[in-house]
Amino acid sequence: MLKYAVKRILLAIVTVFIIAAITFFSMNAIPGGPFSKEKAGDPAVQAVLEKRFGLDKPVHEQFIMYLGNVLRGDFGISLKTGRDISQTISESFAVSARLGGMAAATAVCIGLVLGAIAALSRGKWPDRLIIFVTTLFVSVPSFILATLLLLVFCLMLGWFGVWSPNNPNYVLPVISLALYPMSYITRLTKSSMLDVLGQDYIRTARAKGVRESLVIFKHALRNALIPVITYVGPMTAYILTGSMVVETVFTVGGLGTKFVSAINNQDYPMIMGVTLFLAILMVAATLISDLVYKVVDPRISFD
Amino acid sequence: MKEFNTDKLPKKQILSMQIDLSQFEAATDEEKTQHEKMRESTTFFKDGMRRLFKNPLAVISIIVLMILVATIVIVPEIYPYSYSQMIEVNGKRDKTAKNLAPFEYSKNELKAIEQGQEIFPHIFGTDELCRDYFIRVVYGTRVSLIVGLFASLIVLVIGLLYGSIAGYCGGKVDLVMMRIVDIIYSLPDTLMVILLSVVLNQVIGTALQGTFIARIGTNMVSLFAVFGLLYWVSMARLVRGQILSIKNNEYVLAARAIGTKPSRIIAKHILPNCMSVIFISVALQIPSAIFTESFLSFIGLGVQAPMPSLGSLANAARGGMQAYPHKMVFPALFICLIVLSFNLLGDGLRDAFDPKLRR
Amino acid sequence: MSQPLLQVKDLCTSFDVESGEVRAVNGISFNLDKGKVLGIVGESGSGKSVTAYSIMRILVEPGRIKSGQILFNGEDIVKYSKLQMRQFRGKRVSIIFQDPMTSLNPTYTIGNQLREAILLHTDRTKEQANARALEMLQLVGVNDPQKRLNQYPHELSGGMRQRVMIAMALACEPDILIADEPTTALDVTIQAQILELMKDLQKKLGMAIIMITHDLGVIADMCDEIIVMYAGRICERGTADEIFYNPCHEYTKGLLRSIPKLDSKNERLIPIEGSPVDLTCMPAGCAFAARCDKAMKICLKQLPQEYWINDEHLASCWMNVKKVYDEAAKGGEA
Repeated sequence: MLKYAVKRILLAIVTVFIIAAITFFSMNAIPGGPFSKEKAGDPAVQAVLEKRFGLDKPVHEQFIMYLGNVLRGDFGISLKTGRDISQTISESFAVSARLGGMAAATAVCIGLVLGAIAALSRGKWPDRLIIFVTTLFVSVPSFILATLLLLVFCLMLGWFGVWSPNNPNYVLPVISLALYPMSYITRLTKSSMLDVLGQDYIRTARAKGVRESLVIFKHALRNALIPVITYVGPMTAYILTGSMVVETVFTVGGLGTKFVSAINNQDYPMIMGVTLFLAILMVAATLISDLVYKVVDPRISFD
Repeated sequence: MKEFNTDKLPKKQILSMQIDLSQFEAATDEEKTQHEKMRESTTFFKDGMRRLFKNPLAVISIIVLMILVATIVIVPEIYPYSYSQMIEVNGKRDKTAKNLAPFEYSKNELKAIEQGQEIFPHIFGTDELCRDYFIRVVYGTRVSLIVGLFASLIVLVIGLLYGSIAGYCGGKVDLVMMRIVDIIYSLPDTLMVILLSVVLNQVIGTALQGTFIARIGTNMVSLFAVFGLLYWVSMARLVRGQILSIKNNEYVLAARAIGTKPSRIIAKHILPNCMSVIFISVALQIPSAIFTESFLSFIGLGVQAPMPSLGSLANAARGGMQAYPHKMVFPALFICLIVLSFNLLGDGLRDAFDPKLRR
Repeated sequence: MSQPLLQVKDLCTSFDVESGEVRAVNGISFNLDKGKVLGIVGESGSGKSVTAYSIMRILVEPGRIKSGQILFNGEDIVKYSKLQMRQFRGKRVSIIFQDPMTSLNPTYTIGNQLREAILLHTDRTKEQANARALEMLQLVGVNDPQKRLNQYPHELSGGMRQRVMIAMALACEPDILIADEPTTALDVTIQAQILELMKDLQKKLGMAIIMITHDLGVIADMCDEIIVMYAGRICERGTADEIFYNPCHEYTKGLLRSIPKLDSKNERLIPIEGSPVDLTCMPAGCAFAARCDKAMKICLKQLPQEYWINDEHLASCWMNVKKVYDEAAKGGEA
């Protein structure tokens, strides 16, 4: 177990390093990018950049310097606003994190219940309905879903207020962000539940005379949940990128909005910083879900 | 043990049964084989197809996709408007034809109709640049489908080659190749897509200026490049896993034991057996590519104007959403229809051909 | 005549699948007395396991008991409610399965799974149940039982797991233990140990056992009575001695020819040619006819009935009828 954990953590560190390298060198390759000296722009910004990133030094030294800065939590400064990127991130991430957390919780809770219902009513109408609706939800791009929700419930019906920083209404953004992972978890839970229900030990439990509800909740569900844990990593990734879309549509001033406007403004240091920040979060989430998976499933801890 | 327990059958007088003695003659082999009724044997493929066509959702999906493909092939040929052209009446640009509702005519067009001209209706209305919206949506569908198909094809080719080499060679080659896959796999793909699109746009954009590729749009090129760089890894894993498991099957060992050539083993034993899984995975890759394209369109990295894609059309419509909701609804409907059809078809294929993976 | 413990009457179990109805069990009847050991033999797909699952009523979809009665102490359990059935399973009749590797829940400890069975059917407290679990593990010869209670199934070997399964099945002192190929998935040396253990326990606890196997050798010296099944029907049943020394069905003879004997050195083993019938379209007549080298015209047309060979032996094969006719004819001539 310890050996696996160490191996897994090392892989995560390598991944983060590679992501840092990709972001750095790709940004370096852009003509007129953030690291070119001839960049016409605000001379003050230019001066700070030169000082912080050592633009007069060779590329590999720049990279080492950049890594050092990132380790200290310094992602550079925005070309657009001239502010520290790490500061912008810490300010705007709070609202994104709250939104994402709520969406994740909603997706997991509802997804598990729907998946279990679908598995238990296999082939009957609740199963068909749930699977059809979830297939529908994974077939709509999130920005279209978010826009339609905004159009119908906010602007046409007026059930929910439009987002404003002082009066945030999380309902619609959370729904638009949660529907896709919820549908995915439903399908995952269903298949894993069906898999478990066909196992020999379920037959053993029934043969012992265990009540059907207990067979499901004690013997099946616990085993069926294990594969779902592996989805936590991808779900975090989805929610973090999905929040770019949802925040932009609902004009929530979170990190996602900042990222999209940075892309539109070609604010390269900002793109770079946020990419790296989000990538670290995603890698960490995957790492944690992999480790938890190993702990929860007693069968594989001795491999 | 005398009390042999059963519901005592009456001891029948066997001799009283009156059996025709000729019945006790030995049966011929021919009679015996006739006796053994066998279920009609079907091939794996036939059986799968039969199950697929029994699934109403899959059948509907196939029909919808065929209609869509027919539409995007035929309609641009016979439709009187083009996707980039502003509407003209009597050879003059019709500035009044802006943002028309479905089947609405502009003032100038109405005048022309009064004068006895026949003007083809704008089925989905027009956009803010006075272009016919229906043909734009049809073109958008064409672009999105091509993006989806082409991206999946790239993924398929690279993944298939890489995975089969790793799977068939095994040993150290496999180990090294799979470590590379592991690392690419652990990169957060959407973020990398965004990053690479930003960079490739700039880099390729300047390099390709003036060539024909620039006409397709550098965003498209970078989209395909990203798929080629990142998305093939899961396909490679899938193919390798399939080949490894099939390679160790008894029938492959048997084929090898009787001296079958490796090329024949691959063609006759390995490929047909992993085809269904790969096929299903491609069917599910197409909607994912269409999704990625529409996501990139949303954050401003999609196909280049005036070329429409469904994603960029829907995104452009967000601005005037309240006034002209139909401009949002039509492309959105088409995306959903395409993606839903492919998803349902993929699920149907999986259920029909791979009962193990049933989801 | 006292009532038998278990009476199966004309049981039919089918699976409704897309390509038709699979008649896994096709009208079988047998009785089991208290404390006796009944062996059910047959090749894969002959309906042995389905018979066992029917008795426990743990058939999975789309399987169902189509008709027939299963009388336990005279009560028809086919008519039992779900609640009655729950109290019946594990308490009156227990079952152990073929593959001990997958039959225990991997996410719970051995102790937890043993206790569950005990707590379900007795009103013991948790401590008492624990003590009982420990006692059962000792009884089935698991070494270091105290430690095992807190271990997970994957930490035990296959033989140990099967012992745990037996302990679990016997924890509530059932009247009948069904053993569904309990040794098939184990190593040969372990097989002998497990069989020895079952014989031992049967003597000590005195429950009746239904021993299901495809291996005649396994049950030879253990069973009081043997049933030979083919294609969901009973071919022949009788005491172990009768079946082994006086087989009266061509299929049984074939089975016996295909197992090695200690006393004959140079005899070749003769396999039964062909493969079992397709259960979705059962032929008219005897299901074994197509594979039988003594098949007669009547075998293909008419289902043979069960005849008494003697007081301890029943068989359904036209050959027996023919024999009687032949003898009668001879007698007539003489």
